[in-house]
Amino acid sequence: MQSLTQRAKSVDRSPLSWLEKIYVWNIFKGMLITFGHIFKKKATIQYPEQTRPFSPVFRGLHVLNRDEEGRERCTACGLCAVACPAEAITMEAAERLPGEEKLYREEKYAARYEINMLRCIFCGLCEEACPKDAIYLSETFAPANFSRKSFIYGKPDLLIPDPVTKPEEFKEAKGLIEKKKKSKS
Amino acid sequence: MSISILALDWAFVIEKMVLIAIVISVSLIVAMYATYAERKVAGVMQDRHGPNRAGPFGILQPLADGLKLFFKEEVIPNNSSKWLFILGPCLAMLTAMMTSAIIPWGGTVEIGGRMIDLQIADINIGILYVFGVVSMGVYGIMIGGWASNNKFSLMAALRGASQAISYELAMGLSLIALLMLTGSLSLKTIVEQQINSNWWNIVYQPLGFFIFFVCALAECNRAPFDLPEAESELNMGYHQEYSSMKLGFYLFAEYINMFISCTIIATLFFGGYDMPFVDESKLSGVTALLTGVAALFGKTFILIFVFMWIRWTLPRFRYDQLMNLGWKGLIPLALFNMVLTAAIALYTMK
Repeated sequence: MQSLTQRAKSVDRSPLSWLEKIYVWNIFKGMLITFGHIFKKKATIQYPEQTRPFSPVFRGLHVLNRDEEGRERCTACGLCAVACPAEAITMEAAERLPGEEKLYREEKYAARYEINMLRCIFCGLCEEACPKDAIYLSETFAPANFSRKSFIYGKPDLLIPDPVTKPEEFKEAKGLIEKKKKSKS
Repeated sequence: MSISILALDWAFVIEKMVLIAIVISVSLIVAMYATYAERKVAGVMQDRHGPNRAGPFGILQPLADGLKLFFKEEVIPNNSSKWLFILGPCLAMLTAMMTSAIIPWGGTVEIGGRMIDLQIADINIGILYVFGVVSMGVYGIMIGGWASNNKFSLMAALRGASQAISYELAMGLSLIALLMLTGSLSLKTIVEQQINSNWWNIVYQPLGFFIFFVCALAECNRAPFDLPEAESELNMGYHQEYSSMKLGFYLFAEYINMFISCTIIATLFFGGYDMPFVDESKLSGVTALLTGVAALFGKTFILIFVFMWIRWTLPRFRYDQLMNLGWKGLIPLALFNMVLTAAIALYTMK
């Protein structure tokens, strides 16, 4: 019979020989195997210190993007919230006032922008829906927390650091340089 | 009578008291770190790290485990016989500790004009005492299982008790062969004979050692014979109803048992406190003593590692396989070993 996988092994069902019946020799062989495993490479990833490398297409925590001058790109059109199958995104729009041109790129901006990370299924449809490239999914995932409320991420949590005033942090968030340990207060 | 009590050698009493305190605390510490070592060994044999978070290399893990057990809720089932329920783990702990009394931990040293033996009691029936105490250990299991008033605990206790009793037989028989060669039951004498002759007893009694070792595994309820408490399929066995530190006592007693039985194996078959390739008589008193103690502990730790190594290699025996091996395998083998040794001893002594 043809086996379904190439890794299938046929089982030896012949009756045990005398040597096998007295266990000792087979036990010894087994013990050699376990002893060999002492020197093998450990499979563990020591989580908080080491992290598993994600692929570039990994869909993790959302980041609200800024342009090169440090202005928020989001114009609060609401397409992401419409596209979201889990209805995790809430936003409130506001009009840009005179003097705020340094802060917001468009004339309308999101005064409140919240994503409920417990509802979010990290499908990335918001990223696809956004006409302004204002939201994208990063390679980190939401850290554990004690309360449900703390999983509703507001603008302070989501916004990328300003590339003009904090270039280092911006590059870090973009994934251009090695990430430091990130903690959410 | 009162005069003879006052005439006690108080220095002797104090010396023994100090020795008892040291031996008990050392075996507790060793048992504590045996739990840590067990988890480390399990880890590295399964390509993991084992505990490494509590303190450097996780060395505070046993303390954290103990603390956790202390803070757990103490549950005594309503229908249990409370007195016996508490007595069970105490007895297990007590019998585990008592065996350490006759082990010679090192040679003799002269301190302040007194010859101090590193042995609590050098009694001339040494090894018989061990057997007596070890068979008392069954009571810890039996009483615990009985007092829980739970049929599964009781059945597990029966299983444990019958296992201990059947393996004690083979253990005793394998030792008889050894005792024919040594001609003494005192552990101190047995060790001294091994120091004075060129070879350890393992050379004369390889089969006896093998049987004794297998039986020691079974007596300590270690894998592959750990079916009194088969945590994965038989509901933790006799300590199913136990919680908090009473459970801790049972588990701890097992590790003490393991430590003590490894020490006894080292003493009987591997020359006890005899450091190989070193002539102790040429060393000064304290150095000789310390090398002796180090040698004994080194041998013991290697044996403990082998115990753990076996546990993390082998699956558990089935109950009928266990009984088959004990009664149809080891006992005839031990008898054969005994007869063979007797014949050879008789032939060579003639």
